[in-house]
Amino acid sequence: MADQVLDAKGLNCPLPILKTKKAIKGMSAGQILKVMATDPGSIADMAAFCNQTGNELVSQSNEGDVYTFEIKVA
Amino acid sequence: MLDAGDNTKKMTIIVTKGTLDWAYPPFILGTTAAAMDVEVTMFFTFYGLSLLKKDLDLKVSTLGNPAMQMPMGGMHMSMPNILPIIPGVDRMTTTMMKNLIKKKGVASIEDLREAAVEMDVKMIGCQMTMDLFEIGKEDMIDGIEIGGAATWMEEASKSDINLYI
Repeated sequence: MADQVLDAKGLNCPLPILKTKKAIKGMSAGQILKVMATDPGSIADMAAFCNQTGNELVSQSNEGDVYTFEIKVA
Repeated sequence: MLDAGDNTKKMTIIVTKGTLDWAYPPFILGTTAAAMDVEVTMFFTFYGLSLLKKDLDLKVSTLGNPAMQMPMGGMHMSMPNILPIIPGVDRMTTTMMKNLIKKKGVASIEDLREAAVEMDVKMIGCQMTMDLFEIGKEDMIDGIEIGGAATWMEEASKSDINLYI
């Protein structure tokens, strides 16, 4: 389903966002980036990042300590 | 970020402090803003200028930092202000902080600075500070600009957000 997967587990603010941006840069519009993170702050931050940059936060879920985000590249 | 249309937000940060702890806010905010398509200018002045040096040897001191508490075995250890008078204590505190940074997956300042360069954050070293403390351009990383208060002012007057850290 995802076109690319980014493992940002174990990284703290602002690294998940910086790595997400870097991954998105290399992708095309419409593609899905799946990001996995353990930083609880990334729940709010990933939404804010998507709001600001126009990329769409398609889904967000968590399993235990791992938060998974699916972002559709604008 | 380079296709700066009319809707591009701009931010400047004046960076005035050069200790390990104070280096984080400007670099975290600068890189995050750049990742969020904000055009960022960072102006490094006084002790902040040392954050542009090729070799970073950043330290943290408990002096003047009465709120500093280090997590230790589930507790928090206060760091009395008097401590750094003992030789080696600042080095020990710095080592403790650096170990924590690594353990908690927090980026190093070197990494954040590299990310800033990668994302085209404009970094300006303060000419007056360079003269004052006798720091040459060759001591600093490539890709920075040199300027003064007016250089920052020009950017700041066109910016949406201006921070002084």
